[in-house]
Amino acid sequence: MSETEDTAKPAGGASRRAFLGAGLAAGGAVATTGLARAQGAAPDPLITEVQDWATAFGDAVDAAPYGTPIHFESHVVRRNVEWLTESPVSSINFTPIHALEGTITPQGCAFERHHSGAIELSKQDYRLMITGLVEQPLVFTYEDLTRFPRTVTTAFCECAANGGMEWGGAQLEGCQFTQGMIHNMEYTGVMLRDLLNEAGVKPEGKWVYAEGADASSNGRSMPLEKAMDDVMVAFFANGEALRKEHGYPVRLVVPGFEGNMWVKWLRRIGVYDQAVESREETSKYTDLMPDGRARKWTWVMDAKSVITSPSPQAPIRHGKGPLVITGLAWSGQGKIARVDVSFDGGRNWQEARISGDVKPKALTRFHLDIDWDGSEMLLQSRAVDETGYVQPTKDALRKIRGLNNVYHNNGIQTWWVRADGEVENVEVA
Amino acid sequence: MSKSLKLLAGTALSLSLLAGPALAEKMGLGRPALPEEVAAWDIAVLPDGTGLPVGSGDVFTGDEVFAEKCASCHGDFAEGIDNWPVLAGGQGSLRDRRPVKTIGSYWPYLSTVFDYIHRSMPFGAAQTVSADEAYAITAFLLYSNGLVEDDFELSNENFTEITLPNAEGFYPDDRAETEYTVFSGEPCMTDCVASVEVTKRAVTLNVTPTDPDGKPAGTLPPLAPAEAGEPATEVAQAEPEAAPAAEAPAAEAPAAEIAAVDPEMVEAGAKVFKKCAACHKVGDDAKNAIGPMLNGIVGRAAGSVEGFKYSKPMQAAAEAGLAWTPEAMAEFLADPKGYMKGTKMSFAGLKKQEEVDAVIAYLSTFGG
Repeated sequence: MSETEDTAKPAGGASRRAFLGAGLAAGGAVATTGLARAQGAAPDPLITEVQDWATAFGDAVDAAPYGTPIHFESHVVRRNVEWLTESPVSSINFTPIHALEGTITPQGCAFERHHSGAIELSKQDYRLMITGLVEQPLVFTYEDLTRFPRTVTTAFCECAANGGMEWGGAQLEGCQFTQGMIHNMEYTGVMLRDLLNEAGVKPEGKWVYAEGADASSNGRSMPLEKAMDDVMVAFFANGEALRKEHGYPVRLVVPGFEGNMWVKWLRRIGVYDQAVESREETSKYTDLMPDGRARKWTWVMDAKSVITSPSPQAPIRHGKGPLVITGLAWSGQGKIARVDVSFDGGRNWQEARISGDVKPKALTRFHLDIDWDGSEMLLQSRAVDETGYVQPTKDALRKIRGLNNVYHNNGIQTWWVRADGEVENVEVA
Repeated sequence: MSKSLKLLAGTALSLSLLAGPALAEKMGLGRPALPEEVAAWDIAVLPDGTGLPVGSGDVFTGDEVFAEKCASCHGDFAEGIDNWPVLAGGQGSLRDRRPVKTIGSYWPYLSTVFDYIHRSMPFGAAQTVSADEAYAITAFLLYSNGLVEDDFELSNENFTEITLPNAEGFYPDDRAETEYTVFSGEPCMTDCVASVEVTKRAVTLNVTPTDPDGKPAGTLPPLAPAEAGEPATEVAQAEPEAAPAAEAPAAEAPAAEIAAVDPEMVEAGAKVFKKCAACHKVGDDAKNAIGPMLNGIVGRAAGSVEGFKYSKPMQAAAEAGLAWTPEAMAEFLADPKGYMKGTKMSFAGLKKQEEVDAVIAYLSTFGG
C-alpha cells in the first residue's frame, strides 16, 4: 500500500480523484496500470449516450400487483434432475443456491419435495385434528390457529437426501444440484406445544405423529420432547402466506430435523405411546450401514457448509484479482461457530468471515475475500458448530457408514476451479 | 451432549418444565373432535397392531387386486418397473454393493405395509383400497416375498403373528457415540494431509441437466461482454492420474452413457425411422401406441416403458436384466423375431447395418 501511495502522492495540488484511484487499486491488490486508460479505449456509450431508460417512462405502479423477479434473472429458478425419480409428483427439485445471497430463501425458488404433488387446500377448508393419547381430541380451524399466541423463528429445512447423489462420488455439476435441497425461511406460527396443551397430553403419550392432508400423508413420528420444544405450526413464511408448494395454508416447522418431518398441509397430530413407524421412517429416511443393519430416527441434520460461488454454475469470469468467495453453513444442533475455507483440497485452511446474524438451526452466510492469482484451486469449506462438531470429509463419513448410505451426507464439497475460471464438481483424496 | 441429543435419549424430562409457563391454562380454542371424525382421519396402524381395522384378505385375492391396481408400477410380481419401488426379493442383499430394499429384505414392520397401502396407495388414487383389499394385497406381498404359502389369509386377528425378516435390522440413531466423538475437536489448519489428488469428476458421468449451450443448467450468464483481445487462459492440465471412471451410485444413475452423435447419421436415422413411426412415437409428448414410445430407449432397461403391455418374452428378458445398449439394439433391429422369439414387434428387421446404426443414432437424440 505504502509504495503505491507514495507514487500517487500529490506532488502538490494533484486532484483528489487521482489519489482515490490509486488507493483503490492498491486496496484491491490490482496493478495500478489496470485502472489506467487503455490505449485507444473508446468512451462507454452506456455512459456517454442517453439511454432509453434514462429518458422515457418505466412501468406504472400496478404493472405487477404481485411482482416476480425481472426477466434478466430468469435463470434463477428451481430445477430438477428428471432421471432421479419416476414421477414429477413424487419428486424433488433444487434451490438455485449458487445464485442467491444472504440467508433467506425466497419461497418462489425454494426447493420442493412432494410425495403426491402439491395440493390446493384453502384456509376455509383447512382442519387440524389432534387425536390419540390426549384428554380431549380437538379440531381446529385455520382461524382457531390464528388466535393462539404467535412466534417468529428462522430455520433451515434440508432434505435428508441433500447431497445423497454425491455419496458414491462427484456426480452432478452444480451447487444447486449437489446441495440445493435446502431452504431457509422466517416462519410465523404457533407453537405445537400450545396446541398439544390445549388437548392435554396424557402421561402415557410419548410420541407425536404428524401427517398431511395430501394423498401421501407423509406421516412422521417424533419424540414428545421435540414436539414440546421448538416445533412450530406455521402459516407465514418470509412475511407472507406459505406458498402452495410449501404447504399452504399450514405446515410443520421442525428446526434442525430432516426436511421430511416438516409435514406440509398439516392435518393431524396423533399422540402415541410408540413411534408409528410409517413408510417414511422405515423403508425411507433410514441409513443402511455396512453391516446390513440400519440406523433409524436419524432426525438431526449435522453441521454442513458449501461454497455457493464460485461453483460449477457460477464460474469466475472476471479473471484474476479480487474474488469474493461466498457460501452457506448450517447445523441442526444449533449455531454455526466458524467456517474455514481451503484452496488446496483440505491441506491448509483459513477462517472465513461470518456475515450477518448467526441463528441456531438456520442458514449462516460466510464470505472470504481473496486476491486470486489465476491459478487452480480445490475449493472447500468446513463448518464448525457450537457443539464443537467439525464437518467431516465424505471419506471420513464413508469410513463409518459404508457405501450404501444415501441420506444425511454432510461431507465436505470440493470445487475444482480451473485457471480459466470454470469450476468442476470433484472429489479429492 | 447437545440439546437435541438429550431429547432423543431422555424420556424422563418433565413435560411441565418443557411446556413453559406461557400457556399453562387452556385457551378454549377448537372444538371436540367427533368419534366419526377421528375414525375418518386417525387411520394409522402401529407395529403392535393398534389401529388395525376389522377385515381379512387372502393371497389369491391379493394377487388379483395387485394386478389390477398396483402392477402397472410395481410389476406383476412386485419386482418394480423402471425405478418404481421393488417390493419383493432382495433378501440377504443389504450388505451388497447394490442392496435391494424390499418389504421382505428391509422393512421392519408389516403394519407399515398395511398402513401405507390403506392410506396412500394406489399412487394417484389414495384411499380407494378397502380394508379387506389392503389385507389381501399385504397377504400377496408376504407371499411374493416367500414369507407365507399361497393359501394364506391375513386378518386383523393373525396380523401381529407375522414378523418381517428384517424386524431386528434397525437401531436408534447412535451418531452421538459413533460419529460426534470422532468429528469433534480443534480442526487442523495447516498441512493437514500429505497430498491431494482429484479422484472423481462429475464431468465424466455427464448426467447433469444442461442449458442449450451445454453448460450446467442454470449457469449464471456473463456479466460483461467477452473481451476480444484477452487470450483464453490455458486449461490444458494433465488429467489427474487417480481419476478412474467415476462410479454412479446404485439405482440412481442413468442406465447408460450416450456417445457423441454424428449429425449426418442422425439425419439418415430420421429417414429410416419412418419405417418404425407407424407403431412407435418419439419426441415431445410421445405416447405409447401400437409399440411403446421410444424416448430414452437407447441405454434403457428393456421392457420398461411405463404403461406398455409387453410380450411375455420381453418381460422375461427385462427381468433377466436386458438393457437396450446400442449393441443389443442393433441385434434386435436386424432380426427382431430371431433375436427375441415371440416379441410383439411384427417388423421384419433392417437389412443394412448403416440403417441400423443410423436409427440408433437418431433414437439416442431423444432423452427419456
